[in-house]
Amino acid sequence: MATAQTEIRVTPEIAAEHGLTAEEYARVQQILGREPNITELGIFSVMWSEHCSYKSSKVHLKRLPTRGKLVVQGPGENAGVVDIGDGLVAAFKIESHNHPSYVEPFQGATTGVGGILRDIFTMGARPVAVLDSLRFGPIIAGKGVSEEEAAKNRRIVDGVIRGIANYGNCFGVPTVGGEVGFEPCYSQNPLVNALALGIARKEDLFFAKARGTGNPVIYVGAKTGRDGIHGASLLASAEFTEESKQKRPNVQVGDPFMEKLLLEACLEAMQTGAVVAIQDMGAAGLTCSTTEMASRGGLGIEIDLARVPQRETGMTPYEIMLSESQERMLLVAEKGRECEVLDVFTKWGLDAVVIGEVTDGELLRVKDRGKLAAEIPAHPLAEEGPVYRRPIAQPPLRNETPADWFSFSAEGTNLTANFVKLLGSPAIASKRWITEQYDTSVRTNTLAGPGASDAAVIRIKDPETGIVKRALALSTDGNGRWCQLNPRLGTMHAVAEAARNVAASGARPMAATNCLNFGSPEKPEVMWQFSEVIDGLSVACNELGTPITGGNVSFYNETLGKSIYPTPVIGVLGILEDASRVLKIGFREEGEVIILLDASHAAERATPARAQEFSSSEYSKTIAGIAAGEPPAINLAAEKRLQECLVSLATSGAVRSAHDVSDGGIAVTLAESCFAALVGEQHAGPQLGANIRLEETSPAEYLLFGEGGARAIVSVAATSLARVLDTARQCGVAAQQVGQVIRGDAFRIQYKGSAVIESSVAKLHDAWAHSFERVLKAH
Amino acid sequence: MKFGVVVFPGSNCDHDAFYAIDNILKKPVEFIWHQSQDLANCDAMILPGGFAYGDYLRTGAIARFSPVMKSVSKFAKSGGMVLGVCNGFQILLEVGLLPGAMMRNSGLRFICRRVYIRVEQTDTPFSNAATKGQILKIPIAHSDGNYTCDQDTLRDLEKNRQVIFRYTTPQGTDDAAGNPNGSTANIAGICNRERNVAGLMPHPERAVECALDSADGLVIFRSMVEALVGAAKATA
Repeated sequence: MATAQTEIRVTPEIAAEHGLTAEEYARVQQILGREPNITELGIFSVMWSEHCSYKSSKVHLKRLPTRGKLVVQGPGENAGVVDIGDGLVAAFKIESHNHPSYVEPFQGATTGVGGILRDIFTMGARPVAVLDSLRFGPIIAGKGVSEEEAAKNRRIVDGVIRGIANYGNCFGVPTVGGEVGFEPCYSQNPLVNALALGIARKEDLFFAKARGTGNPVIYVGAKTGRDGIHGASLLASAEFTEESKQKRPNVQVGDPFMEKLLLEACLEAMQTGAVVAIQDMGAAGLTCSTTEMASRGGLGIEIDLARVPQRETGMTPYEIMLSESQERMLLVAEKGRECEVLDVFTKWGLDAVVIGEVTDGELLRVKDRGKLAAEIPAHPLAEEGPVYRRPIAQPPLRNETPADWFSFSAEGTNLTANFVKLLGSPAIASKRWITEQYDTSVRTNTLAGPGASDAAVIRIKDPETGIVKRALALSTDGNGRWCQLNPRLGTMHAVAEAARNVAASGARPMAATNCLNFGSPEKPEVMWQFSEVIDGLSVACNELGTPITGGNVSFYNETLGKSIYPTPVIGVLGILEDASRVLKIGFREEGEVIILLDASHAAERATPARAQEFSSSEYSKTIAGIAAGEPPAINLAAEKRLQECLVSLATSGAVRSAHDVSDGGIAVTLAESCFAALVGEQHAGPQLGANIRLEETSPAEYLLFGEGGARAIVSVAATSLARVLDTARQCGVAAQQVGQVIRGDAFRIQYKGSAVIESSVAKLHDAWAHSFERVLKAH
Repeated sequence: MKFGVVVFPGSNCDHDAFYAIDNILKKPVEFIWHQSQDLANCDAMILPGGFAYGDYLRTGAIARFSPVMKSVSKFAKSGGMVLGVCNGFQILLEVGLLPGAMMRNSGLRFICRRVYIRVEQTDTPFSNAATKGQILKIPIAHSDGNYTCDQDTLRDLEKNRQVIFRYTTPQGTDDAAGNPNGSTANIAGICNRERNVAGLMPHPERAVECALDSADGLVIFRSMVEALVGAAKATA
């Protein structure tokens, strides 16, 4: 789109170019009672874009459970907020930055992190942790993947990782967890979802609600430039074509140093007591922040663009209102006390300018050197945008027969080679190459960083005294392949796994946030997936006691008409009442008894279902190249029982380690618990191995690599064994003693009396620890 | 006895250093703003980690010109105790209080991991509470920690026993294998000739409690406290 000028007369064609349908444009005319000018049209187009208005998802999102006794703030604010005791609250939210990260991986990822951090400190909470959930196309050439495509994906991985690292490291927030997945569908459309967590005193929380007619509206932070214009409406709300690279100018550019200053200055300004409301300028910049603050307060806002700090000359009102320049905030101060606020920003060397005031009459009024540039009723603009009940159609059923499914190897087959291959596959292999590029320990709160525990665990220092009592655990999860096969079931697994990870760290799951990544909502089958995912999410969050407190929907994740797998990413937050009771995944000492906790009763399943569900596993994909069937059946009551059991075991200090069974099954869980004694190449303590004996009737591969839920491996000192078995029984969880932690380098799993896996730990570790690095470094 | 922690715009380990001294060491500590030339009668200054002024030009290149550094230099030259951690170390190099320079890590990436460093000298205010050869487990987190200097400087550093900490393996057997960033002579931390100014890339303030994986960093702060107590006695 050419640079728009105020003089341009708006026609239905120009409205269409802005992504507004004929009906939407008619609604604009009706709200205004006249034709909009070009600035007003721009404002409507961003506010009513899919990205900002949730017009296709709104009707479905209403079905999500959002209430709970610990929920202080549910969806609708900058972030969700939960009560974590002693007058403190945690603010957390996950958001996508998918489209920009494909167009420009480094800047796309940095601004994704920057945006979610601003959402947290806008509420008055200091960010204490970031997690990233990433999905990329295959990074190794092979069947259906050319070397060119793999190389391109590796470049995207590298750019995204550097971008996340650059922003978080400089800002000074630890990036402590997340997950990375690889599927062909993400080749043209990687997913970058960033979650941030912050802590505040409950009475210090801030909201984006304008109050007090005559109160000054203050612009703070970076100057406004022409970057990111229409980022929300054109980039995030339309699918990609071959020409998408031309959208690079729509990607914003991040400056973590500026954001760090903004954080400190905002928190300090809030302490003056002179700040009434505050909102960050993210998607749709000045437009969205003014409109939403006015609308939420039932008031109007009037601003003069001539006073807005500008990076470039000759910017039109259209450009200033639609710019998505980063690291900017809008706040409302108490009239007469604006100097107190401005002084703080001056101290930090930041621009802070009174650009307008709160008014009666619910109008967003934008002036440019005294001339009226736009005048729109704020409430209809923010709240009365289009809402669509898009057509839904279930795609035709896949006509699979047992011949399409995985067929189990004959009894007695040595599976060690397959196991080594599985451990080295990008999905399972250690992501240390990635996580070492993130600062994971700044702020000295990280009790369990990447890979140490099933969840990232951050202790809570009282903001005033520094005293530590509790800790928070966070995990993000989502399995796109499972959601493609069965959106509802796959989503329930995502919630269950995130909550299980949190419980395996010893924390009680308390609330959730979600980032829903989908193809085009204009496709009925995508909307069917979306609706199914919402249903799965509702059921699982209800059952597991983790209400949704916020999140983000990202549609139009498709390129050349091909959608990504439906990929809901769920972040679950949990609390550890005693920060010293964190459970980690690593076996600790020779002689510990290894116990499989199983609340699922998987053994009761019939044979055909086994092959069908196993066909959706990592093992099936990696070893046989089969991705079919169904995700494992789920029993949410069993998940809940297992989680209760894990929390109870952590609280009483009865177990030495805990690690849930997920991708790659029990075998991977056990191996990873041995690896934890090794730190990279360097091991400070004695090396540990495991001797395992499994006596079951199901096929060995199913037993070793099956991914059915509601299971975890714990290790127990012999003296605590009776206590652990007793707790498990009380929780309704089967506890099976499957082996022992041994000193040395041996890893052996026996099945029906013969060794099906036998290897040195060193060999397994090498495959797991270095594969990822080898692939990314080799090119 | 009072510690001062300098706050530059972009410092992000200032709170951590403050917390370690205040909550763990239980000693008086104060933040010193970068525009202040008044060091508030502090007895020891800490330049914390972070990205002072954004570090967009070169690490520490802008910070050396800040008002507070004028006072810190004067303080150091009159024998005051100054410790630079990570970005603080980089700033001390830029301002010329310590010799040498930092280059990008040899792997050209930011690295955050726990490393092992060996205490090489114990006759400094930063290591007097440690034993010679003691191995400390302390995390690093930096892009530019590849310490470099010319041959003459290195010879002087070694001759004057100014290398206080060297990267090594957990057992202390293979220094090169424990070197994460390509630093010359596996140098992790050095002091000046007068031994009152030191810089190191690892973050001792992140290793002051077992809950955070290691309390080995405490020995550096304890050494400073002992040195200050000793100095106070000497003048009493």
